[in-house]
Amino acid sequence: MIAADAPNPKTADLEAAAAEARDRLDAHVREMVAWHFDEATGSPFWLEWAHGLDFDPKDEIGGYADLVHLGHFQDEWLRGGPVRRWVPKGLAGQPISVFETGGTTGVPKSRVNIEDFRIDYEQFSDSLSDETFPRGGDWLMLGPTGPRRLRLAIEHLAQHRGGVCFFVDLDPRWVNRLVGDGRLRELEAYKDHVISQALTVLRAHDIRCLFTTPKLLEALCQKIDLVKAGIQGIFCGGTEMNAQFHRFAREELVPGVDFVPTYGNTLMGLAHSRPFDPAVGDYSIVYYPPQPRAVIELVDPDDTTRTVGYGETGRVMLTTLTREFFMPRFLERDEAERAEPIPLYPWDGVSDLRLWAPLRETVSVGVY
Amino acid sequence: MLHLPILRGGVGQGDAPYRSLNVEVLPHVVTGKPVAEVSQANPGLIARDLARSAERRRVLEGLSGRELLAICGRAAKLFVEGELPCGIDGERQSPADYVRQLSSTTGMPEALCRANMAKLEFVFAEMERVLAGLSRGLDPEALDRGFIEEDGRTVSYLAQADSLGIILPSNSPGVHSLWLPSIALKTPVTLKPGSREPWTPLRACQAFLAAGCPPEAVAFYPTSHSGGAEILLGCGRSMLFGDQHTVRPWKNDHRVQLHGPGWSKVLLAADAFSAHDEGAILDVVAESVASNGGRSCVNASGVWVDRAAARGREFAAALAERLAGIEARPLDHPQAALAGFGDRRVAEAMSRMVDQHLATGGAEDLTARYRPVGDRLVEVDGLTYLLPTVVWCDDRNHPLAQTELLFPFVSVVEVDLQSDLDDLPPSLVVSALTDDANLRRRLLGHRSVERLNLGSIPTSRVSWDQPHEGNLFGHLYRQRSFQASA
Repeated sequence: MIAADAPNPKTADLEAAAAEARDRLDAHVREMVAWHFDEATGSPFWLEWAHGLDFDPKDEIGGYADLVHLGHFQDEWLRGGPVRRWVPKGLAGQPISVFETGGTTGVPKSRVNIEDFRIDYEQFSDSLSDETFPRGGDWLMLGPTGPRRLRLAIEHLAQHRGGVCFFVDLDPRWVNRLVGDGRLRELEAYKDHVISQALTVLRAHDIRCLFTTPKLLEALCQKIDLVKAGIQGIFCGGTEMNAQFHRFAREELVPGVDFVPTYGNTLMGLAHSRPFDPAVGDYSIVYYPPQPRAVIELVDPDDTTRTVGYGETGRVMLTTLTREFFMPRFLERDEAERAEPIPLYPWDGVSDLRLWAPLRETVSVGVY
Repeated sequence: MLHLPILRGGVGQGDAPYRSLNVEVLPHVVTGKPVAEVSQANPGLIARDLARSAERRRVLEGLSGRELLAICGRAAKLFVEGELPCGIDGERQSPADYVRQLSSTTGMPEALCRANMAKLEFVFAEMERVLAGLSRGLDPEALDRGFIEEDGRTVSYLAQADSLGIILPSNSPGVHSLWLPSIALKTPVTLKPGSREPWTPLRACQAFLAAGCPPEAVAFYPTSHSGGAEILLGCGRSMLFGDQHTVRPWKNDHRVQLHGPGWSKVLLAADAFSAHDEGAILDVVAESVASNGGRSCVNASGVWVDRAAARGREFAAALAERLAGIEARPLDHPQAALAGFGDRRVAEAMSRMVDQHLATGGAEDLTARYRPVGDRLVEVDGLTYLLPTVVWCDDRNHPLAQTELLFPFVSVVEVDLQSDLDDLPPSLVVSALTDDANLRRRLLGHRSVERLNLGSIPTSRVSWDQPHEGNLFGHLYRQRSFQASA
């Protein structure tokens, strides 16, 4: 028995792991700042931007907290070209992919990619169970492909695990048009068209693993019993994901299937969700960013230099720190509650991620 | 805290009420403090349950029309007198609890809540009469057997839907009278309650269940806008209540019966003023405008006075004086006749909109001079109210002559009734005070008029054996050709 005033070894271990993660993050920040603001390796955008500063980031930024000196990354910078200004000189000459975000209003944001999506998804692969996402098992990716990172990333995940990936596309920009115009019958027809293609693939091939969005999973499950169809693991992400959907999926849509909620976007990479423990039955979804490659901080919307307390609601501030992409302190359009570190991910997480309240009445989300 | 559950119509995970992890809090309109929390159904859960609607219908079809009418009769008493299940943890709700809770989240005075309760009791209790009105006297056995011999002719009706979906508003509980007959017509209901008014549909469902209805008969899904869309897409027939913006996408969908804005009107022909004294006409118009707090689609928002009467402005002033006598009172006051606004900003926006249109000219708020404090927007016991407003418009095309608002608001205009009648815009109810045979005949054939009252009948006075904004029986069943060899 542990005495009341004695330190709990588990807590102490977690605190030590968290401190180590913080040190690792600070070191990583220094390394990334040195890379992106060096004339030999940095991108044209950041080098030019740094000329407007009255300090040298390489000198001033000693860790994550010092990124505050750089202000907030503006998403407008990513709308329109030339996209090559984002390619670090240190990576010149390598094949470049361009991935786009939503694109439902105006010019979509674009991010250049070389190897990041592969690295992100390989790291994510390590968190998947070999039992439920079997090595060598084939995948179906049912969701937005087109100019999105998902198209190549899910295929790479499948290939990395020894499988092949089949695709059925859903164009969210068209879906948004239909929703915006109130053409709900056409929306239904389009959904049926997408789902019938997925059913064809599932019946024609031996598929074991599935990536899809909550809405498409619901629609698919109205037509087919995925357990009987041989699906063992589902990797699912999208704006409709919340604790109720998670529970509904496990209890009713796909009981017995390994259901892995995820949060990812083109700018960050892929966050990991807290593993579900059936014995506890806590369906709340807590995401942990792939630190140190990306950091999510929840901040007070009125004072973005203040991190909210654990359990408190804050606006998502995202920082991406890879050799390909440097994006300090970008204010996302999401909010969440700050979650404590856990042994598996000894840094801050976010729970109940959702659209930032002031935007909720004006932005159309969750359409696919 | 009291937690209102989802009822999944006997499918899904069985008969037990369902507690969602998505919860919305229902705040008190005055204090803002939580009155209850409400489980929210995720759209996929609704879609999944709707896939089993045929099973639900089969269960209800297992009961005879007579048995269902008996259930309605028992439900009438239970609805007004019973201690019915309410919360997911076994909390029960007395009639007094219901009235208090309903008032506390909608701002409707308790006196009006009780009046609406009586309306619903009537429809439950008089279901046979209501059905006879909807089906023009069809023997309920016709639905039991699938066909019937009537006056030597074989008549058969075919059900059009396994479940009736209903997207409900929060403005007035009386609206629930419209879907209650669906159960007696052997069609299970799938309800999305208004966000501030889950109380009445839940209590109606519980009254049906306590009266012996199978759980398959009623499904109750508090949910989001997209959950509502699942209901409209997944039910063979639906009723949709909402504003113009809400109903627009469903306008050309024959499966969805739209209950949008009412734009109900009173027409006063020149001969009305010679046939009736002005006090009697004022009674009809005032009740049309202000009954039920002016919250119903059957409340009049426009009065057309025949120019030939040369009394329009004078009548409008008299109406303003009469309606200005309606005071804002606390929700529990026995004479309270106005509903409060839970969100002050909504009331402010409405009042501001009226003022902006007044400022453009061509219209005058005649009630202003009679109000004790002069302002349309008042606060009583911490709750915001909009006082009755009568606006005189110089022209029937003035924006305020085409406005309907959620309080006793009415425009009065002079028109040339004989020539302008063809331009009468869509109106849920028209009460026309005239003995002019030509006008009456034209009104009887006017396609912009849904319900027509000829004579001194307020627009808000509903006859339960008449269809309302489309006939529910005709929506749920169609007559089919049928022959059987002996």
